Amino acid sequence: MKNRLKVLRAERNWTQAQLAEALAVSRQTINAIETGKFDPSLRLAFRASRLFDMPIETIFEDDSPDE
Amino acid sequence: MVSSEKPNRFAANIARRTLELGYWTAAWVLTMALATFGPTAWWPGNDVLSWTAILANLAIGAGMIRANKRHLDSLDEMQSKVQLDAMALALGVGLVGGLGYSNLDIANLIPGDAEISMLVIFIGLTYLGGVMFGMRRYR
Repeated sequence: MKNRLKVLRAERNWTQAQLAEALAVSRQTINAIETGKFDPSLRLAFRASRLFDMPIETIFEDDSPDE
Repeated sequence: MVSSEKPNRFAANIARRTLELGYWTAAWVLTMALATFGPTAWWPGNDVLSWTAILANLAIGAGMIRANKRHLDSLDEMQSKVQLDAMALALGVGLVGGLGYSNLDIANLIPGDAEISMLVIFIGLTYLGGVMFGMRRYR
């Protein structure tokens, strides 16, 4: 899954640690999501959506091939 | 909403739960030593003390299991996945390796008897390796 977390965070001058605190996860988890190594749950995606005040689909994008 | 001043409550909670688990584990190991060596080395023939030591070990073991669950609940979803993957690996390797080890004993292919402590060490090391692998994977 692609995401714009790193860009949105940079636009607000937030560190990974600050974003992690705001989303109640570890900094390592934020890093893993930003680098595409870990896909967040729907619950965490909604938390990010509320934090950035943006619809989920503008933050996260499904890049899996259509079946 | 996002502050650098605020202490990280999430990390602090994990640290607290980890410490709690550490205390319970240390207490369990101590009572295990008491229950294992006490009846033969410290109070031979005293069944009351042996029962007390074994029951204390089981009770503290239950506390350790509860502390482990609380520790798992304190983790975020990626940390939980790392732990779950490591546990699945340890369980699978422990089951297959443990029964294989038992078969080696039954067929008299190893010197001496198969010891359960070897299986515990094997499972523990597999779990540790699984956690380290998982943490590297998502780094």
